[in-house]
Parts: sequence; structure tokens; C-alpha cells
Amino acid sequence: MTLIYQFARERATARATGDDQDPRHGATVIDDLTNRVRCALYESVSDPLPPFQTLLDNHSEDVWRTLRAMVGAQAAEDCFQETFLAALRAYPRLRPGSSPRAWVLTIAHNKAIDHLRRTRAHELETDEIEAPQGPPPPDRDIWGAVAALPPRQRAAVALRYIGDLSHREIAAAIGCSEEASRRSLGDGLKTLRRQL
Amino acid sequence: MSDRLTSKLRGPAPEALEAARRFADRAAAEHEADLAYTTFDSPLGTLLMASGERGLSVLHYLDEPLEEALEYLSGKRSPRIVESPGALDPWRFELDEYFAGQRRNFEAALDWDVMTRFQRAVLRATAAIPYGETSTYTGVATEAGSPRGQRAAGNALGANPMAIIIPCHRVLHLSGGYGGYTGGLQRKHYLLELEAGRL
Repeated sequence: MTLIYQFARERATARATGDDQDPRHGATVIDDLTNRVRCALYESVSDPLPPFQTLLDNHSEDVWRTLRAMVGAQAAEDCFQETFLAALRAYPRLRPGSSPRAWVLTIAHNKAIDHLRRTRAHELETDEIEAPQGPPPPDRDIWGAVAALPPRQRAAVALRYIGDLSHREIAAAIGCSEEASRRSLGDGLKTLRRQL
Repeated sequence: MSDRLTSKLRGPAPEALEAARRFADRAAAEHEADLAYTTFDSPLGTLLMASGERGLSVLHYLDEPLEEALEYLSGKRSPRIVESPGALDPWRFELDEYFAGQRRNFEAALDWDVMTRFQRAVLRATAAIPYGETSTYTGVATEAGSPRGQRAAGNALGANPMAIIIPCHRVLHLSGGYGGYTGGLQRKHYLLELEAGRL
């Protein structure tokens, strides 16, 4: 992008100084810059992915925290393993220039939702529907309070304040509009503030 | 209260480190990752070693920062690389024994598919040179089927992806001179002295 901008500026300068009159000079400037733009584009496309271990080192803590907030400490381990296994399998297809952090947290969110769906189905099968759904007593452990939030609010709080994702990234991860993600986050925070 | 809220949400998660380690070990053991790596502290400095489903495929002197070496591997082989010392145990045991002067042959599997056909022929001929003995560039080129290819053989040896275990240090100049060594001639000297029982 910078190079394209520079290209336009050098063209403008050439025009202003009358260098543009010399067709050969103009051609050289253009050739040179076109070449550099091409090289920059080529490099950005062929930039090799860092080794997967880097992704694991950089983001395992945030993935773990996000999962702990969404499914609780006990189920977090299984979801963590599933998250990074899915990430490892898909890793070569990660588009250059996209944020690996948002990418892996989105996978974590999906695994957490899968887990919540599974446990709910299991609860239905075993007739254990009367799981504690009411709000926890005030001033309790934060994980209890977070766990009591509806899944979407829980996801929004975790992705925003543990994952540090933008609203656009959160909306993409959850699969809703940016507006809806902001609303879920606001609702979730309101409840947490009330309880802590 | 919001301080308390976020400091708790972001609080330390020591479990994550353990979980990440468990993940890397499993990904390596089940070959979900294409390469597992670790470093090895040898008398010749730190070595980087990596293996995949077919066996060891990387063993070289780590004279550059680890991140750089891994970036290179990621681009050249595969980005699906994890750190798992346990996955490299078969080769670590053999290297420890070798450097202690207690092993003459390496037996754990090597991945010969990472080489070109000519390089494989040259390095197979090199691997056949017995412990404590030496050959020449012309010798291994001839073994590889191209008697005049000593220069090409030299290049193939210089690009040996598994130093020490494929003993390119046992290949010398026809004149008896050391020739070259990617890790530096001092290391070649050390290995030859070790194998001659002079250390």
C-alpha cells in the first residue's frame, strides 16, 4: 500500500517538475516502481507461515482463558486440545495477512459452543434438565458468574476481555452482526457488574 | 470492580502451559504435525533436530537463532511444526552414546525422501563408510554412480540434512586434506578424532 502511494507521489512530482516530459525518465520511474510493487505483492503472498509452535506459544494462554470462561476449567482441557488440533490441521490454509490470534480464538469459540451443545444434549438424554440456571449468589467466584451468563454473552465477554478481539472479529467468530455482538457484550458486562 | 473483573479474567493460567505441552507431544506422537523438533546440547554446540513420520529429517548445528532456523524449516518443509523433545528420543539416545564413544552405528530411522535422487545416492554411499574410516569425494561420487561428479558430490555433502548421523565428516580430499565441512572444519576434526579414539 505504501509503495502504491509512493508511486503516485513520485509520478506527481515528476509531472510538477517537468521530468514527466522526458518519456524515458517517466518510463524508468514507472518500471522501477511497478517492479517494487510487484516484489512487495509477491513477498506478501509467498511469506512463509511461522512454525505452528509459535502460534501455540503465543496464544495458548489466551485460548485456555477463553475456554475456561466459556466452558469452565474442567472441560477447558478437552476443548483446548480440540482447538489446537483443528488449528494444526487447517494451519497451512491460514490466509497470509489474517490475524492468527483472531483465527485461533474463533476456533476455540466454536469448540466451546460444540461442547455446550453436546452437554446440553447429554443432559436432555439423562433427564438432568434441572441444572442450576439461576444467578449465583453475589460476590462469588468470577468463573461462576461468567458461567451463568447465556452462551453468547459469555463468548462476547471472553473474546473481548481475554482475547482482545475487535467487535468485527467477535461478530465473525460468533456469527452475528457487530451490533448484536456489542449488545451481547454490554448485557454480559451489566450482569457481571451487578454480581461482583 | 472492573479492575477486579478484568484482572481475574486475564489472570495467570499456568494450566495453559501444561496443556500446550501435552498438545505438542500428542500432535508429534500421532503425526498430526509434520515435524517435531528439539535442540540437543552436543560437545560441538547446540544441534537442531527434527523428525517426521518417516524418521529423522533434520540434524544440523544451530549457529543461528532458533527462531530463524525454524522459520526456514517452516518455509522449506512444512509450517506444521511442534516442539516435542520426547519425539526425538530414539536419536537423542544414539547421539548421547555416540558422543560418549559408546556407539559406532546409528540405527534409528532416517527420512531419505527429503533429498534429491543424486544427493540420496551420495549420502547413502557416505552412510556406508564405517566408523573410524574415511573416503574421498571421488570415492562417494563413484559409489553414487558418477565417477566424475566429485564437485556435485561435494555440494550434496555440503547440503547434508542430517549431519553427524550421515557421516559426511568421513569424506576427505583425495590429497588427504580435510576438504570442506558445513559446520566448520574444527567440528570435522573433532568428529574424526573422536572416531579414531584420540579424544
